[in-house]
Amino acid sequence: MRFLRWLIGLIILAAILIWIFIHPFSFLVRCLYILLLCSLLCLFRILGGPTAADRAVSVDILGILIVGFCAILCLATGRPWYLDIGIAWALQSFIGVLALSKYLEGRSFDE
Amino acid sequence: MNEIIGYIFIVAGVVFDFFGCLGLVRLPDLYNRLQAATKCVTIGTCGIMFGVFLITGLSPSGIKALLIILFLILTAPTAAHALARGAHKSGVKLWEKSVCDKYEEDETK
Repeated sequence: MRFLRWLIGLIILAAILIWIFIHPFSFLVRCLYILLLCSLLCLFRILGGPTAADRAVSVDILGILIVGFCAILCLATGRPWYLDIGIAWALQSFIGVLALSKYLEGRSFDE
Repeated sequence: MNEIIGYIFIVAGVVFDFFGCLGLVRLPDLYNRLQAATKCVTIGTCGIMFGVFLITGLSPSGIKALLIILFLILTAPTAAHALARGAHKSGVKLWEKSVCDKYEEDETK
C-alpha cells in the first residue's frame, strides 16, 4: 500500500514535469510552471498535515515561494512593480509566521 | 555575459526550490521537514533574486532584489527558529527513530 502511494505520486510528478518540458514555452515561463508545481506540493502538505505546526511551516514556505515567483514574473513581463509586491509579501509573511509560532507556543500576542 | 550567469543562478534557485518542496512532502517528521524546506527554499529564492540583480544591473529593480535578499537572509532563519520552538512547546512528537532531544533534556533539568 505504501509502495503504491509512492508510485502514484512519482507518476503524477513525472507527468507534470514532462508536460512542462514538451510544450514550447519560453525559458522563464517554464521556471514559472515549476514554481507553481512547488506551490502545489506545499498545498498538499497544508491539506494533509497531521498537526497545526506542519501547516504553519507550509504557509511560511509558500510565502517565500511567492516572493520568488514575483521576481521571475518581473523578468518575464518587464514590469518592475512586481518586485514591490515581493517586498511587501516577504514582510507580511514574516510577521504572520511569528504570530503563528507565538500562538503555537500557547502565549498571548503582547508578551 | 552577465545575463548568462544570471540565468544560471535562476535555474539553480528553481531547482533548489523544487527539491525543498519535495522534502516538505516526503520527510517523516516536522523538524526534518522544517530543516529541508527552510534551507532549500531560502537558498533557492535568494538565488533567484541574485539572478534578477545580475540581469537587470544597477537599476531600481536590481536594488530592490538586493533588499529582498538582505531581508530574507535576516528573517527566514528567525521565523524557522520560532516555529520549531513553538512546535516543541505545543507538544509535537519527534520521529520514533530520532536519536536524541537536547532541548527536552535542558527543559527537564
